[in-house]
Amino acid sequence: MSRQQANKLAVGVLTVVAAIVVIPILLVIVYVVWQGLPALSWAFLTEAPRNGMKEGGIMPALLGTILLTLGTAIVSFPLSIATAIYLAEYAGDNRLTRWIRMAIVNLAGIPSIVYGLFGLGAFVLFMGFGTSILAGSLTLGIMTMPVVISTAEEAILAVPQQFRTVSLSLGASRWQTIRYQVLPHALPGIITGIILGLGRAAGETAPILFTVAAFYVPELPRSIFDQTMALPYHLYVISTQVPGMPLQIQYGAALVLLLIVLSFTLVATLVRTQMRRRREW
Amino acid sequence: MSDAFLSVRNLYFTYDDGIEALHNVTLDIYRNELFVLFGPARAGKSTLLRLCNRLSDLSEHTERQGAITLNGKDIFAADINISALRRRVSMVFAIPTPLPGSIHANLVYGLKLAGIRDKGELERRVERSLRQAALWDEVKDRLDTSALALSGGQRQRLCLARSLALEPEIILLDNPTSGLDPISTATVEESLYELKQRYTIIMVPHSVQQAARVADRAAFLLNGELIEVGRAERMFVHPQDQRTEDYITGRFG
Amino acid sequence: MAVVQKSSQIDAPTDATSQTNWGEWFIEGVIKVAGISSIVIIGLIFLFLLREGLPAFLDIPLRQLFGTRWYPIEDAFGMAPLLAGSLIVTVGAVVIALPLGLTTAIYMGEIAPPWQREILKPIIEVLAGIPSIVLGFLGWIALAPLIQRLGAPTGLTAFTGSLILAYMSLPTIISIAEDALYAVPKEYRGGALAIGATQWQSIWRVVLPAARPGLVIAVMLGIGRAIGETMAVMMVTGNAANIPSLGSGIFFQPVRTMTATIAAEMGEVAQGSLHYSTLFAIGIVLFVISFAINWLAGRLVGMKGMRRSRRGGML
Repeated sequence: MSRQQANKLAVGVLTVVAAIVVIPILLVIVYVVWQGLPALSWAFLTEAPRNGMKEGGIMPALLGTILLTLGTAIVSFPLSIATAIYLAEYAGDNRLTRWIRMAIVNLAGIPSIVYGLFGLGAFVLFMGFGTSILAGSLTLGIMTMPVVISTAEEAILAVPQQFRTVSLSLGASRWQTIRYQVLPHALPGIITGIILGLGRAAGETAPILFTVAAFYVPELPRSIFDQTMALPYHLYVISTQVPGMPLQIQYGAALVLLLIVLSFTLVATLVRTQMRRRREW
Repeated sequence: MSDAFLSVRNLYFTYDDGIEALHNVTLDIYRNELFVLFGPARAGKSTLLRLCNRLSDLSEHTERQGAITLNGKDIFAADINISALRRRVSMVFAIPTPLPGSIHANLVYGLKLAGIRDKGELERRVERSLRQAALWDEVKDRLDTSALALSGGQRQRLCLARSLALEPEIILLDNPTSGLDPISTATVEESLYELKQRYTIIMVPHSVQQAARVADRAAFLLNGELIEVGRAERMFVHPQDQRTEDYITGRFG
Repeated sequence: MAVVQKSSQIDAPTDATSQTNWGEWFIEGVIKVAGISSIVIIGLIFLFLLREGLPAFLDIPLRQLFGTRWYPIEDAFGMAPLLAGSLIVTVGAVVIALPLGLTTAIYMGEIAPPWQREILKPIIEVLAGIPSIVLGFLGWIALAPLIQRLGAPTGLTAFTGSLILAYMSLPTIISIAEDALYAVPKEYRGGALAIGATQWQSIWRVVLPAARPGLVIAVMLGIGRAIGETMAVMMVTGNAANIPSLGSGIFFQPVRTMTATIAAEMGEVAQGSLHYSTLFAIGIVLFVISFAINWLAGRLVGMKGMRRSRRGGML
């Protein structure tokens, strides 16, 4: 075999493998849409499950996921963005900063089920919140911090250094400079990070298993100390724990969850592209 | 007039890489003069400029000895309000950097932070500073358009106007004509002549020729050391130090 | 005259802007405190795992704790089968994902024309976004029956888990590997091609060796992702807590991973019981493993690479 032939063969193999990676992804999406679409209806989204969950919709689970996502946002973002500002604008090149960075990298690597254990030990039991929206939001919020911190920090660092120097030279204080010349320009990037983090939180199951998720609660939560159903856990329950579950409902729930999470990714991507197009400098 | 307005005493400055940028510099600057700091690259000109309004604070792990006093007051004293200092001693950078936003927003940014809220006062200062920077006629009809749409020469004059709007006492000009074409350079140099009637100007020039054209007094710096200070008309014709003469006549640098 | 009036400005501790100084002082204080929150949180996580899990280490002899029988009803808490389960599934996932991921990264970075890259990138991002429960669901309902039809006694096997995990860790591996390849200077390629190497030779002899540190970290983080995954694995691996039998069928038998054990059993245990503590003890083991992987990856390529790559899987 000549070198040219070998090259052709290698390139051919590479192409085939890339196809092996990509095609199943597309298949998964198409398959879930195809199987789940017939189940989708206004009633499916707005009605509670009935008859041992074998009929009706997914409303309480959908609502629960929305509430948890909101809760995650409230917990995660102030802390994450403050951390990102600290790292990008205040942290010196010293041991403390290296420790903080190491902590963030390690937080990102901790398995989600371990976050669930932590939430159970810290929030459900020690703080006495019980299995509740509060405990779940705290757990998910902490879990999303590394993603939000690193995206936000990158966005802040991308703001040209000269803007800071000019602002300071015009008599602005450090915080005024951050407030008026850094954060506004970093905002789209920060928002991208936030949305990515939320998308991740909305689809997670393991961290909410012991901290918030209810198998089945007929009434809607009335306070943050109540349990709630949540879509990812609901999908787990109806697909593995309830015998004789109609397939259509299972695929319908999977499709709704997929759409929610992918729309987060889509919005994040749009914000990012929009930001690059609008940027003036 | 005889008292120094800004006075530098035995100033040493070292960056975090251990390089000594200034070595025992002492000089006095008087009111309403145009003082030029010239010398080859890495002479410490920009460093000295940045020390005058403490933009040098932005570099980490630096070491400083010696003093700078403004009107007799030590600018490195603990009770100094740095924001107020930077409004009194205002810097125009080599690379003209308008902040993203309109021309108007650029001009009032520092003013609003200084607590000036009165609309009439703001508008008065916008117009006056643009006139002083010889930019008013070109932009008066588009104050609300993006400052980033201006040409290079216009940008530099906007940055000058932005400093003037603060009504500072000293203007620091760090090579303000570096990126400009000859016509824009001439415009800026002309406005300098007007400006020194009102302000004290410390400038790092683009070239020895520019230094000779605009300076009242000048200081020659070399490797962080002050070699010679004097009146421009004497210094550029009869330098006292051999090194100054070598530099002026183009033998190095 | 105006000058005299102004010169009091820098001396005075207050001027117009300093009315906000207290607010600013407060905000900067909050930011600085938030800055160290990550350290505090990671400390708290370890503390609470320890608080609940320590009894297991104290009350169960270590030899038993890492013994070969996991049979909670008889108070037999040997983690070995679970460790083995996690190991098999993870090794399987890496064996599948590594060639696929690296090859795809090479294809995207070196061969694909720009328009293909524009299509491939978002598809990989979409894969990163699919919740693990959805993949688990599909594995359970569609993939497992398929694998059973291939001749396995059951479709719920370590291999099924590995396959799904492999795809889940692909986005991480691909994007980090792509970064690593991208970082190889263009001159290397040009140089190789100029002396008459074919495209493939330039990739194999020049580009890949140059990108090796980045590829190593891609693999490490892929492993980290795989070993920590819970839901998808729990649904498709069959959950048999036996020491897997060795041999050719090793990947085609039901296993139970550490993560799945926690998820499946925590709901049924009495709080404070030995079983409960042991589940937390498994959490501690996972925590330590994730630290070890980060530490190793950090040692191999340094902190900077780590930080850059961490985001890789997400966007």
